[in-house]
Amino acid sequence: MLDTAVSILLTTGALFAAIAAIGIVRMPDFYMRISATTKASTLGASFILGATALHFEDAAVSGKIIAIIAFIILTTPVAAHMIGRAAHRSGVPLWKESVQDDLTASEKEVTGPSSHGGPGKRESNSSKSPEALLRRRMI
Amino acid sequence: MTLSVYILQVILPLLACAMVTAFVRLVRGPTLPDRVVALDLMATLIIAISAAYSVVTDQPAYLDAAIVLALITFLGTVAFAYYLNRSVKNA
Repeated sequence: MLDTAVSILLTTGALFAAIAAIGIVRMPDFYMRISATTKASTLGASFILGATALHFEDAAVSGKIIAIIAFIILTTPVAAHMIGRAAHRSGVPLWKESVQDDLTASEKEVTGPSSHGGPGKRESNSSKSPEALLRRRMI
Repeated sequence: MTLSVYILQVILPLLACAMVTAFVRLVRGPTLPDRVVALDLMATLIIAISAAYSVVTDQPAYLDAAIVLALITFLGTVAFAYYLNRSVKNA
């Protein structure tokens, strides 16, 4: 009975992990890849770790596993956010059929139209005045 | 079919296929962030694999490796993001 529950949880987790792997290969765009991967892999690893906790039935092991799951759930979105923002800033292009890019729009609003081009139409930032450089460094 | 046989013949091959697929993106990935995300996914898959393998062998010690890996991966991804930001700012 317990083995059945464990194997069901393991199967669900492995399927989620496989979906994450398919997503990272098949999605057309870095930002879609990050979206598919982080969510599905978090869920897959959490299911498999939960199955492990159910199998061992031991308080020490369960505590360890709860710590791992909590850490994964806390850190994966943060890491994805940071790498996605850095990629957007370094000009990784969007998919050609994307319709909206709010980050470029809001950064333009803050910094003025010439200081950040966003992905796709990256400009060489030739404004060399000290004020522009300082403003750029502060952002 | 016992649980360990099921894990050895179904779950671990599935996770290994996912690992190979993520590795394809690691090799092909056109930009650096693609590769970083592929490495992140591979580390999460290694956590899942070591958890499943600890069920097979009945050895909870493999979970310690999973904890360490979960800690290290986050630091690695954050370091890569920081490096990307720095290289953009200085360009």
